[in-house]
Amino acid sequence: MIRAVLRWTALGVSAILFLLPFYLLLRNGLASRAELTAPGWTLWPKQIHWENFTKLFDQQDVPFARSILNSVVVAVLQTVGLLVVCSLAGYGLARVPYRYSKPVFYAVLATLMIPTSVTFVPSFVVVSTLGWLSDFRGLVIPGLFSAFSVFLFRQYFLDFPKELEDAGRVDGLSRWGVFRKIVVPNSRGFFAAIAVITVIGSWNAFLWPLIIAQSPDSWTVQVALSGLLTAQNPQLNLLFLAAVLSIVPIVLLFAFLQRYLVRGVTESGLKG
Amino acid sequence: MKLSRKTRDTLAFWGFVGPFLLGLAIFAYVPIGWSLYLSFFDARNTVTPSVFVGLDNYAHMLSDGPFVASLGTFSVFAVFIVPLTFVLSLALAVGVNQLRFAKAFFRSVFFLPFACSYVVASLIWKTSLFSGVRYGLANTVLGVFGIDPVAWTGTVHPPLYWIVLVTARLWLQLGFYMILFLAALQRIPQHLYEAAWLDGAKPGWQVFRHITLPQLRATSVAVLLLNLINAYQAFDEFYNIMGDSRGYPPFARPPLVYLYYTSLGSGGQDLGRGSAGAIILALLIAVVTLLQGKLFRFDRSAS
Repeated sequence: MIRAVLRWTALGVSAILFLLPFYLLLRNGLASRAELTAPGWTLWPKQIHWENFTKLFDQQDVPFARSILNSVVVAVLQTVGLLVVCSLAGYGLARVPYRYSKPVFYAVLATLMIPTSVTFVPSFVVVSTLGWLSDFRGLVIPGLFSAFSVFLFRQYFLDFPKELEDAGRVDGLSRWGVFRKIVVPNSRGFFAAIAVITVIGSWNAFLWPLIIAQSPDSWTVQVALSGLLTAQNPQLNLLFLAAVLSIVPIVLLFAFLQRYLVRGVTESGLKG
Repeated sequence: MKLSRKTRDTLAFWGFVGPFLLGLAIFAYVPIGWSLYLSFFDARNTVTPSVFVGLDNYAHMLSDGPFVASLGTFSVFAVFIVPLTFVLSLALAVGVNQLRFAKAFFRSVFFLPFACSYVVASLIWKTSLFSGVRYGLANTVLGVFGIDPVAWTGTVHPPLYWIVLVTARLWLQLGFYMILFLAALQRIPQHLYEAAWLDGAKPGWQVFRHITLPQLRATSVAVLLLNLINAYQAFDEFYNIMGDSRGYPPFARPPLVYLYYTSLGSGGQDLGRGSAGAIILALLIAVVTLLQGKLFRFDRSAS
């Protein structure tokens, strides 16, 4: 009995602490500028300042609407591209017999030892040489070639029921046909799991876009928020509102696709 | 002309894997190779340097106070974040796992911050939760107890900024590791608990210590290493919480932050030294990853 009370108390307090930052986001985003710096703590703005929305989208120094659009484009292109490129490679490594398949796989694994963020300097050098700075190509393309995703796809396809594929081969399908007509339609859940993880990673990425997106027009939403945050004397209420808007798409994903997200996290966390 | 089966398979292999390998070559192998090359040259503000300086860049980085200090900063950060994350995420997972109802609710609440970016968390922590002025939430709470406002991110003695940086990351990542532990907890066969009960083990700590923890060994190793590797790459919250319009303070610089300001900062781009730093960091992390492989194999043979 006492144990149960303690457990519920601990969980309840933890839940409140976990939700506290979300409360601060909303409270600060809907308040007036003066209210945020007033002495004493107001639990909730006296009146909700809807005009913050218009102020946020009207201000000139940070093109916030444009940055949201950029982030959407980058996340969609990166996710679709990564699914295509990495699922093909994973399938080839798992299923197509080739004499040098093993060395190729090791060459892929070797790059896993060094996280891309550690080598951002040389990657920046390559992208700037290609002339892709402040350009969607520079934001999207380097992120398509994820050795880790290939590794996850390969593990998954190794466990894929061979009988299904053999049936397709007997029906006269090519390897490509088997992959497209049998393997992919039967792997929707796995694809969705990798997709959700990739979308969130892409949307929340900061270091790479900070380096690559040098002109304000090419900023992603994270770079725009950071620019507002580290600027002198930021308009905090508008900044918080911008932050609220920036997490809405991901929270929606979270609400509707949590099953796939959890699967994606466990796959990537425990296979890595 | 009919191709042999083997040739067709070879073509199919390159068809499937080729596009990815091409990209990997351009965006993984070329940068690392180029980086090695640059690291032996004086490459200030250029990617095609001509002055060969041998190991000077490496010597400079390793004898350079700030770079070595950045590794020290990472170590301090790891000492805080790794054990705390491990214990707290495991506690959350065990707590949620034992629930009979409202399980999905609590799991979602603890996992929700995963949807938040490090930039957004930095904003909340820096300007609201741990704002250094009187109206920040932490200072308001202290004020209730009659304590003067504290400059959370600016106080070096004692280094209070660690409280801000560590709690931000804890909030962001605990849910992620909790999910990993939850998955592992659900895989523990029920009959082990029944056997323990028959053997007269007391429910609670005894069962947890002798059944649950040993069963979680592989996951625990994975959580510790993932956490360490992620802390090693810490950048976002440091840059956004500690940095401002005046730049970045001379303390609390983890390796990537230091590298960023050396190679791409406003003070001129020293790509030679930046590359040497990147190679050193990459070698360090490769060693850890190789050890991890050893650990896991050791783990398997032991179980």
